[in-house]
Amino acid sequence: MRENLHRFFRAARGAGVHVSPAESIDAMRAVAQVGISDRAVLRDALLLTLAKSQDEKLALGDCFDLFFSQPEPRQDQTESDSEENASQDPDQSPSSGSASEAGEGQPPEGLGPLAQMLLSQDRNAIAAAIAGASGAASLSDIRYSTQRGIFSSRILDAMGLQRLRDDLDALTATNPALAERLRAALDALREAVRDTVSQGLALYAREEAENLRNEILRNAPLARIERRQVAEMRALIRQIARRLRERYSKPRKRQRRGHLDVRRTLRRNAAWGGVPFLTAWKRKHRDRPKIVALCDVSGSVAQVSDFFLLLIHSLHEVVDDVRSFAFSSHMIEVSEILEKKSPEEAMAEIMSKVGFGSSDYGSSLVDFEKDFMSTLTPQTTVIVLGDARSNNLDPRADILRRISERSKRLVWLNPEGRLAWGFGDSEMPRYATFCTVVRQCATAQQLERAVSDIVATYQ
Amino acid sequence: MADQKASTSIEAVQSGLAAQGYIASRQIATAVYLSQQIEKPILVEGPAGVGKTELAKAIAAWRGMKMIRLQCYEGLDEAKALYEWKYAKQLLYTQILKDKLGEVLGGAQTLHAALEQLHDFGDVFFSKEFVEPRPLLQALEQPGGCVLLIDEIDKSDAEFESLLLEILSDFQVTIPELGTISAITPPTVILTSNSERDLGDALKRRCLHLHIGFPEQRLEERIVESRVPGISQALRRQMVGFIHEIRSLDLKKLPSVSETIDWARVLVLLQATELDTEMVKDTLNVLLKYEADIEAASPQVTTFIAKAARSNVFG
Repeated sequence: MRENLHRFFRAARGAGVHVSPAESIDAMRAVAQVGISDRAVLRDALLLTLAKSQDEKLALGDCFDLFFSQPEPRQDQTESDSEENASQDPDQSPSSGSASEAGEGQPPEGLGPLAQMLLSQDRNAIAAAIAGASGAASLSDIRYSTQRGIFSSRILDAMGLQRLRDDLDALTATNPALAERLRAALDALREAVRDTVSQGLALYAREEAENLRNEILRNAPLARIERRQVAEMRALIRQIARRLRERYSKPRKRQRRGHLDVRRTLRRNAAWGGVPFLTAWKRKHRDRPKIVALCDVSGSVAQVSDFFLLLIHSLHEVVDDVRSFAFSSHMIEVSEILEKKSPEEAMAEIMSKVGFGSSDYGSSLVDFEKDFMSTLTPQTTVIVLGDARSNNLDPRADILRRISERSKRLVWLNPEGRLAWGFGDSEMPRYATFCTVVRQCATAQQLERAVSDIVATYQ
Repeated sequence: MADQKASTSIEAVQSGLAAQGYIASRQIATAVYLSQQIEKPILVEGPAGVGKTELAKAIAAWRGMKMIRLQCYEGLDEAKALYEWKYAKQLLYTQILKDKLGEVLGGAQTLHAALEQLHDFGDVFFSKEFVEPRPLLQALEQPGGCVLLIDEIDKSDAEFESLLLEILSDFQVTIPELGTISAITPPTVILTSNSERDLGDALKRRCLHLHIGFPEQRLEERIVESRVPGISQALRRQMVGFIHEIRSLDLKKLPSVSETIDWARVLVLLQATELDTEMVKDTLNVLLKYEADIEAASPQVTTFIAKAARSNVFG
């Protein structure tokens, strides 16, 4: 059982439940207490010790059912007619009443163990043999669906397929009827093994496959994401945002920092009769983050700006003082929309207001200078998200210079590669002179790093 | 054999809690049993009013132990949860002892000798006499053990969580001036959370994670049966069925078990024998706590009563 539990932990990890060694020890202790005979109680105990949220409980419950459905059939499959049984029965329908006994008596001496087993129709033994062979073939190492064939044949080999083939050859000559039966049984066996391997794949390979897919997505250029991947990409960015939030979100209290801490002062000075020789102060607070984000939502970057907005949305949750602006040919403030609405609604609203136009950085910057220049303080970090392609209109780099002068830092995140900067209508080189940092930001990973750096400077 | 004994113990938990009027599902009973056996706190999550706090009360009543409750809120800190120094007492004593100081040091001729004598008194002011134990420390100091209920942990700050970690894993606290205080008998710890904030992994790791959702119909009927004895079986079925229908609506706040019990009491008071549309509409405010919810549910009342009645035929 110990072995089985360990395999279950691996399967649980595959299902996305984080099982640390300490947790697996807890689970072992719990299982030792409740025993393994009552499956429902075992399930409860594992769910209690391993899962740490309702989602994990559901995933783990499914995983448990899938995992422990393996040995279960041993008890009840003999009675109930499974499809497999049905597919084999026609051959022996005349004697179906006493199939197993008749089968047992029939096989002639000199056949290999596997052939004996198949002919004797002993389902318990066959299931046990498959389980044993899966162990020997280390089925729990399966990672990719392409490995199915390899593992199937490994398991069959471990069960003694070679010997069975020899037996088959011998029987075809001596006893064609029996050979026919054996061949049918072998087909059924192959099918059973294939099912076992598929189940193994479902149990053990999920995590790996998911990691791989995420890894690919993470490094895929945002602008070239296929339609069907957009949802996954969104989920991934959401995940990144959540991670950023967990890492950087500030504790909500501590507003009264920098004041005299009366309690600690009194306590420190109790030994001097309460005369305050030593004073204790509440901690001085850190630099308050101020971020102003300018996001290009014009047609040329439409797909990327989706992700930019999603990320700015999460910035609003991480940092207290963020103002966000969106533009294509003119600029509007979108802080409120991002703060009040869910990401999807907010993005739809912003795109409908200013999105998809042809970009005009110059007039957008004019808008900003006219209405919002006062939002910039010497503590502000300005982030510009855009490709700096201004349709050959006046880029008004002078305004960007003034923005840069008024703020602490000016970070430009450009979804295009460095090679493209300055070619065509790209004004990047001209803008870049006024930026503190210019970064290419084309993949989810680069996006995460960039935002993480920006937020980290305030911690 | 071992699991035979074990499974009867889970049943023992179930019947023990039932004797206190708490009808526990098997999962809840398993959690309580396991937390006892492997000495781990239980983190109970779930919507408001499904009996998270009640569980702690029932365990305490069943085992005949004291229940110590710590209600969490934003800004809760060490001084309110764990211990605090009695500053006033410390100050008062220094004032009084000022005069004594002369007497104590009277025999000493030199400054050095006086200092030596003073050293003998040690750090009297930071001794146990001046510690005011708050709920957490109190719980550790109970000689016979107790049930420690840390209610609505999700309302507290993240820092407070880290403060709890030592208690939850080792049942001990460290007071800088005094050293480590370990529990005499490890308390049974129940933490409750409405998932307003995600709890830290470190905290979750130290606990058994129990999720109590809305109970199944049968279970809820049994809960009502044990809590509101005067209610007839037919009405009980009908009202629980009705509430299950209500829960299928998209409401701001779904009625939970505590509301079911309240409603059952109200119906008994009104001497109802079965649900009728008028009465349900009049008492809907017991079940639903938002005006908008009541408005949303009102038009459905008749259909729901009919549905509940129909399910009775089969149930």
